[in-house]
Amino acid sequence: MIDNIDLSLVDWSRAQFALTAIYHWLFVPLTLGLSFILAIMETIYVRTGNEEWKRITRFWMTLFGINFAIGIATGIILEFEFGTNWSNYSWFVGDIFGAPLAIEGILAFFLESTFVAVMFFGWNKVNKKYHLASTWLVAIGANLSALWILVANAWMQHPVGMIFNPETARNEMVNFWAVLFNPVAVDKFLHTIFSGFLLASMFVLGISAWYLLRKREEQIAKKSILVASVFGLLSSLMVAYTGDESARTISKVQPVKFASMEALYDGKSNAGLIAFGILKDTDQKLGDKRVKEFAIKIQIPGLLSVLTSGDRDAYVPGLKDHISGNEKMGIISTVQKMQNGKIAMDALKAYKRARMVNDTAQISSIKGVFKEKEFNEKYFKYFGYASVNKPEDVIPDVPGSFYSFHLMVVLGFLFIIIFSVALYLLFKGTLSANRWFLWVALLSIPLPYIASELGWFLTEVGRQPWIIQDMMTVSRAVSQISTGSVITTFILFAVLFTGLLISEVSIMINQIKTGPKH
Amino acid sequence: MGNISSLLNRLFRFYYDGFRNMSGWGRKVWVIILIKLFIMFAILKIFFFPDFLNKNWHTDKERSEHVLEQLTNPSDNHDR
Repeated sequence: MIDNIDLSLVDWSRAQFALTAIYHWLFVPLTLGLSFILAIMETIYVRTGNEEWKRITRFWMTLFGINFAIGIATGIILEFEFGTNWSNYSWFVGDIFGAPLAIEGILAFFLESTFVAVMFFGWNKVNKKYHLASTWLVAIGANLSALWILVANAWMQHPVGMIFNPETARNEMVNFWAVLFNPVAVDKFLHTIFSGFLLASMFVLGISAWYLLRKREEQIAKKSILVASVFGLLSSLMVAYTGDESARTISKVQPVKFASMEALYDGKSNAGLIAFGILKDTDQKLGDKRVKEFAIKIQIPGLLSVLTSGDRDAYVPGLKDHISGNEKMGIISTVQKMQNGKIAMDALKAYKRARMVNDTAQISSIKGVFKEKEFNEKYFKYFGYASVNKPEDVIPDVPGSFYSFHLMVVLGFLFIIIFSVALYLLFKGTLSANRWFLWVALLSIPLPYIASELGWFLTEVGRQPWIIQDMMTVSRAVSQISTGSVITTFILFAVLFTGLLISEVSIMINQIKTGPKH
Repeated sequence: MGNISSLLNRLFRFYYDGFRNMSGWGRKVWVIILIKLFIMFAILKIFFFPDFLNKNWHTDKERSEHVLEQLTNPSDNHDR
């Protein structure tokens, strides 16, 4: 049971993974988005033959190169951690995690060793069209590379397309397409790449605004702002659309996370969407967890029901429905899921005992049970619940989920406004005169990074205590290694990544101050 | 054969000239990449991140038995 596990080991392992993932994600989205911005700028250069667009492309390519190079291989550390700190998990997920990561590795290797080299070394060595094709291939390849990582993560949120083999203690992929087209994967991929496009657009807009504030490189800055604002506005609209789709999917496949995002304890029809709210503790408890309520809230009536089901009268289940069950709405209680999970666990224990005494008939019979559709849908689906002590343990951090979600949404709308204003002022010809806006654009560079990290925070914290939704708790996944070694590597990573980040920022600032080459 | 040799030669010259004519920021970035890869693969991977299952068990059968034990009775093997 969860209580038997050394919680400091679990917490340090989680902290270490979170630290490396957060740092890794500081480098990735800029690569995803800036690669497409470069491809667009170079396309304009090739089509118009205007050398200024070549200068613009080469300047942003320098910043892309710095980010790409510093960030390269930071994700490999996560794979080290899977093998060392999360060995039970790594074994249990089997080839479902391994296959997408292997495809990603091969894609990344071929991209990085060929087309990136052509992008940087090939300006005067290959013809314009071949160079342009390489730039597009880097952009497409980098984003496709991200697809496989996101497919793997999506499977952890909504495991599909596999069957558990008790003999190997691994999940085995039986339907590759179900894994690839997992609804969570599709939403996650689109939402993530568009947020990367948005982040890179804000990066280009902010730095270009700095040039205008310094009255330097004005033509290049305005041309860059034009591309960044159009691309950024379209991307931010797509981020809003895919975010909405993503929330709808979560409401179906991770309803407890969804209820936590909205801090919805009591399910209701005609449920309102919280536009703004501040939570406070109440005297009421759900199990041993204190129920939160809103000290202040601005709510849009009926919108949550409409967004989840397209019907104002639709019932949106709350946390209490998921914990206690709601027969009328067809929601089974957590206690029931714990009982179902225990049946699956008992079957696995029986298999283990049969293997110890080499009872081949029993082994074969239980292996057959694990292949049955009904057993998988009714019992093994809730395998992780056998490790849960109390029903309320399946509720994630409600304030953390609520605030991260709502702050991300507010920032998302702010980005739409910033890109719209940038375009308006640019077409009006008053962009340089509106210095207040140039400052806003410059100071907004960190905001998409914050929004992006908040998105991941919600994704990961909002599904606790699960590492694989409903099937494996984080505590079961961790390797029994010494907590001291995890703390040591946590500190090493903190130093290494902070050093890399400082290097990146200082080299970038140097290049920005130098400006585009004449 | 001659064509392959010429292609390989051109490929080599492409990378050689590219690295040789690299700008100041490019050189700095390469130094950082090499230091980073050294730290990651020669220090972290070897001394701090051995593969837990490969290190402690020799066959897949043993590894699956260990994981099965962890899944069904996680309190065992705590001090390993």
